[in-house]
Amino acid sequence: MSAVENALPQFSEVRLEEIRALIARYPHPRSALLPVLHMAQEDFGYLSMDVQTMVAKTLDLHLMAVREVVTFYTMFREKPCGTYLLEVCTNAGCMLNGADDLVRHLCDSLDIKVGQTTDDGMFTVAEVECAGACAGAPVVQINNAYHEKMDAAHMDAFIADAREKGGEK
Amino acid sequence: MIPSDPKKVTKICFDRIDIPDQLKLSVARENGAYKFLPTVLEKFDADQIIDEVKTSGLRGRGGAGFPTGLKWSFVPRNTGKPTYLLCNADEGEPGTFKDRDIMRFDPHLLIEGMIMAGFALGVHDAYIYIRGEFLHEANVLNEAIAEAYAANLLGDKILGTDYSMHLTVHRGAGAYICGEETALIESIEGKPGRPRFKPPFPAIEGFYRCPTVVNNVETLSTIPAILEHGGAWHAAIGKPNNTGMKIFSVSGHVNRPGNYEVPMGTTMRTLIEEHCGGLQHGTVPKVIIPGGSSTPWILAEHYDVPLTYDDLAKAGSMLGSGAVIVMDETADVVAVTRRLAHFYAHESCGQCTPCREGTGWIERVITRVENGQGCENDLQVLNDASVHMAGRTICALADGAAAPVLSLLKHFPDEVRSRLKEKSS
Ligand SMILES: Cc1cc2nc3c(=O)[nH]c(=O)nc-3n(C[C@H](O)[C@H](O)[C@H](O)COP(=O)(O)O)c2cc1C
Repeated sequence: MSAVENALPQFSEVRLEEIRALIARYPHPRSALLPVLHMAQEDFGYLSMDVQTMVAKTLDLHLMAVREVVTFYTMFREKPCGTYLLEVCTNAGCMLNGADDLVRHLCDSLDIKVGQTTDDGMFTVAEVECAGACAGAPVVQINNAYHEKMDAAHMDAFIADAREKGGEK
Repeated sequence: MIPSDPKKVTKICFDRIDIPDQLKLSVARENGAYKFLPTVLEKFDADQIIDEVKTSGLRGRGGAGFPTGLKWSFVPRNTGKPTYLLCNADEGEPGTFKDRDIMRFDPHLLIEGMIMAGFALGVHDAYIYIRGEFLHEANVLNEAIAEAYAANLLGDKILGTDYSMHLTVHRGAGAYICGEETALIESIEGKPGRPRFKPPFPAIEGFYRCPTVVNNVETLSTIPAILEHGGAWHAAIGKPNNTGMKIFSVSGHVNRPGNYEVPMGTTMRTLIEEHCGGLQHGTVPKVIIPGGSSTPWILAEHYDVPLTYDDLAKAGSMLGSGAVIVMDETADVVAVTRRLAHFYAHESCGQCTPCREGTGWIERVITRVENGQGCENDLQVLNDASVHMAGRTICALADGAAAPVLSLLKHFPDEVRSRLKEKSS
């Protein structure tokens, strides 16, 4: 919160143009808040207090109106996560098809607990609620892309491949 | 193409699902998309459309099963305010994954259904509220919408008529509660998704306090076939009061999990054995959750229940969203209940005390039971916490949270007792 006003992160001109077009689609600009937060998270990696302050200014909202939304919705992150966010669905359909074993395997092989990030900043493991893709159980979302019918071997291969490529997604 | 003889219908929403390249407007059009739309816009009026939908017997596919035509008829006209149409694509009920397939494989079906519904309701701005995790599906929809705009199927003066409608995809951000229609409205107003008191119902006061219709993806995707073939045609499919086809999302311990569109009234056994290739272990299921995790469990004694709203109600459960979660003899029902309890505790929006406190209590107690630390009194605590929150809150999330716990206690008390620290005889 200590950031000086002009030191706040800023959206690109292209983004601001996109946001103006978006606002025009709703009866009230406030409706653009969730989509704009998605954009901010995409552009800045996570929603720091500075980013939230900037979003509030962009949409002419009180900071509290932004904060209560950021903290309500699970997809919005206030802290950075690994280059690869591995989100395993552990709800009923996936649980009945080995999701808990998969989480255990990921945590053991990466030597972290659920919610933690590896020291090299590459991988974060998280459990998520029903992904709505239960025919592909167990489902792992990796940076917003669905990977279905996952098992330890698939995940090991993915991790090895990601390590080989280094930090790039 | 969907046959005009109702007896020959095998698919409605999934009619074009297997056609490759369906996402392209040209391919979708070759296969019948938007074919009947000009006739609707030029020859039908609002009352006629609403009457056809009433005649069709179509009931909402999002979970509550409310008659769609009746819902539409509640929308007041000439209020001086705009009317909005919101498509509920939040698909958050555990076990449900049907709307995703419509959106990613046949987005033009949903768009066409929304134009027709919007026309009947006098809507000029419509939105698809899609769960945030469905990024791919949102992208597919956006591309399809862009093509539809370019072909003047959306936007101003659609196909040269006087009707204009704009359509926007709006992504949620990971909150089950936003599937509840009034929470969805709060959310698309840029707020936390906390359900509103009803009445007023959204049809009267919804999005920015204007008349609003919220319908599920599958519901809206059924409209083009109903208008093309007629309400009576749709009413002749399935069973009386439970008409049409329904997509069932089957998951859990079956050999071929997936989405299956079958006529209403097909039995559970047929769905699981013929369509899904039977169970992974054994021949009879231990538990079936028939309509998403919020619906009461049924056991093998109801394996032959016809899949209709009414028959499942008679069996003590609900058709819900059509999400069938199957557990065979290997399932640990205490562990499943604990996992679902965690879900509801995490997803409770917290505004009603019975739900906020009750879901947390239940999670703590069932976790202790699962870990062998429970005592006999915990069964009573679980029962009381469930009974005391169901029906006592603004929305039905608490009822959904109570369902698995009460089902466990009713059907498997011995299994619960066998996990207790001090086993009573
Ligand atoms: C906690 C809760 C979650 C819900 N989630 C969904 C959902 O994800 N998708 C949906 O279509 N309906 C959901 N519903 C039902 C909606 O409130 C509403 O009944 C439905 O969108 C109406 O559309 P329909 O009449 O076409 O079914 C949910 C209801 C509750 C109480």
